[in-house]
Formats: sequence, structure tokens, C-alpha cells
Amino acid sequence: MNENPILRVSTKILFAPIILFGLYVQFHGDFGPGGGFQAGVIVASAFILYSIVFGVDEGKKLLPSNINLFLLALGGLLYGGVGIASMLLGEEFLSYNILGSSPQSGQHIGILLIEFGVGLTVSNVMIALFNAFVSFKSGKNK
Amino acid sequence: MISELIINAFLVTVMLAIGIALLRTRTLIFTVVLTSAYSLVAALMFITLDAVDVAFTEASVGAGISTILFLAAMAYLPKEEEENINSQILPALTCILLGGILIWCSYDLPEIGLLSSPVHQHIVPDYILGSRDDIGIPNIVTSVLASYRGYDTFGETIVVFTAGVAVLVLLKNNTQTSNQKNKNSKRKVS
Repeated sequence: MNENPILRVSTKILFAPIILFGLYVQFHGDFGPGGGFQAGVIVASAFILYSIVFGVDEGKKLLPSNINLFLLALGGLLYGGVGIASMLLGEEFLSYNILGSSPQSGQHIGILLIEFGVGLTVSNVMIALFNAFVSFKSGKNK
Repeated sequence: MISELIINAFLVTVMLAIGIALLRTRTLIFTVVLTSAYSLVAALMFITLDAVDVAFTEASVGAGISTILFLAAMAYLPKEEEENINSQILPALTCILLGGILIWCSYDLPEIGLLSSPVHQHIVPDYILGSRDDIGIPNIVTSVLASYRGYDTFGETIVVFTAGVAVLVLLKNNTQTSNQKNKNSKRKVS
């Protein structure tokens, strides 16, 4: 918990633009540099900044641990699910051509979904690791 | 061409300076900050090689989030590194020998960006054409990463997931066992 007003106010101002930039990197990865891994890290850095300035308990109010762990697993499941979906539609595992009306739109949908899965897993793993490291000490001292 | 040479020389000098500073410092927080700075310079190096995606990853993961995680983990470590008392001649010889072999081999590498080099001949032309015709995405890196090499990226995601879960389980287990020990010791007292 940091009492410095400059840090607190600038964190509140910066939080939304960082998330927005993360989403831009996430969904603009088809056209410019970026993708799920980078976007996940950027989104995670916004939450970690919030936790550093306002304290881990406030950060856990923003993103509760059970939702964090749920999203962590959901990302991998989404990626695998796209693969299974293409299998169920009669193609090979992770072959996106079948997902859309034309092969190209199928590829677009598949890439968007799996990149989103990667982003979800990476961001939530980073947040969970930070929370685990920071709360490790308090558990030890009990 | 000459400006590229100047930029590369500058980046290599900064990297060397950071490396030497890393060797000399024994304070952990300086080590973490210098490693972060090294990653940032490496990201600039990747930009001069036109590998923007790699540079982006290096800047955000190497210089950004891993520094934060190192700092968070540093709270459980002693502030100063222990002085190494073992002889350093053998490690130094190994490094010099290995570095010499690598530099010697680098003379056989094709020129950077040369179209006739083997890496640009095998499967890359198919990927470049396919990214335009079959997938319809301007960023070839994304189409290789997500579509042509979708299995590998799936594996990477699962690795990130498994590593995260493993660390969480280790840290959680440790707190639980220490709690249980406390409970046991309390029982003995009562």
C-alpha cells in the first residue's frame, strides 16, 4: 500500500490505457507486431501495477483469485477447444479452414480465438505468480 | 550501411558494458535491474534485425514482467550474493573456447537477409505466399505462429500453464505445511 498521491492518481489514470493497449496488441496481431503472448504480459502488468500501488488485497478485490485461476485454465481450454471443434467438424486438429464460411474467414476466426486463449493464459499466469510470490511470506509467518 | 554499423557498434558496446557491470556487482537488486536493461538493449538489437515481433516480446517479457517477478521473488533471498571462492580459471577457459568456436563458425553464416541463403529457400516461400493467399493476414509471423505452427504454439501455451500451476502448487504447499507444523507444535504444547 503506497500513500504517495502522485503514484495513486497516475496509476488510476494509466490503468485503463494499459488495458486498452493490451487489447490493441491482442487483436491487431494479425496486421502488426504483437499477439497473445505480448498482450497477455501487457494486461498482466496493469493488474500488477495496481497491486503494487494499492496493495495485494485491493488487487485481489479487482481480480479475485478464483476468477484468476479459472481464466488461467480457460485460456488453454479455449485453444484446445478450437482444435477439438475443427476435429468435430470433420477436419484435422487445429485446422481452421472449416470454422468459417470460406477457408480464409475460417483461418481468421481460428487465429483470433487461439490468440485470445494464449493471452488469457499468459496474463493470468503472470498475475497468479505475482500474487503467489507476494503472499508467500504472510503464509510463512503465521 | 554506415549508420547501421554505428548503431550496432553502440548497442554491442552497451551490452558489453552491462555484462561487465553484471559480473562486478554483488547486490541482487542491481543484478535484476541490469538484467532488465540488458533485455531492453537486446530488444533494440532485434529491431535493427527487422524482427519486430521478437523485439516486442523481449521488451515486454524480458525487460518488463520478468523483472517484476524477480523483484517479487527477491524478497525471500539474501540482499548480497556470496563471494565465489572457487578457482575461476576453468570456467573462463571454457567460455573463451566456446566463444572462439562460435565466432569462428559465424564466418560461415550467410549474409543477413541474403535471399539465396538456405533458410529462405526451403519452406519459407510457401509460407509467404500462403499467408497472403490461403490465410489472408499481412503479418506473416502471426500466420506462421498461429496457423502453420499451431501445434507448437499450443505446446507453448500448455508449458506456460503447467509452469504457472507448478509454481502455485509449490508455494501453496509450502505455506500449508508450515501451517500444519504450527498446528502440530501447538497441539504438543497443549
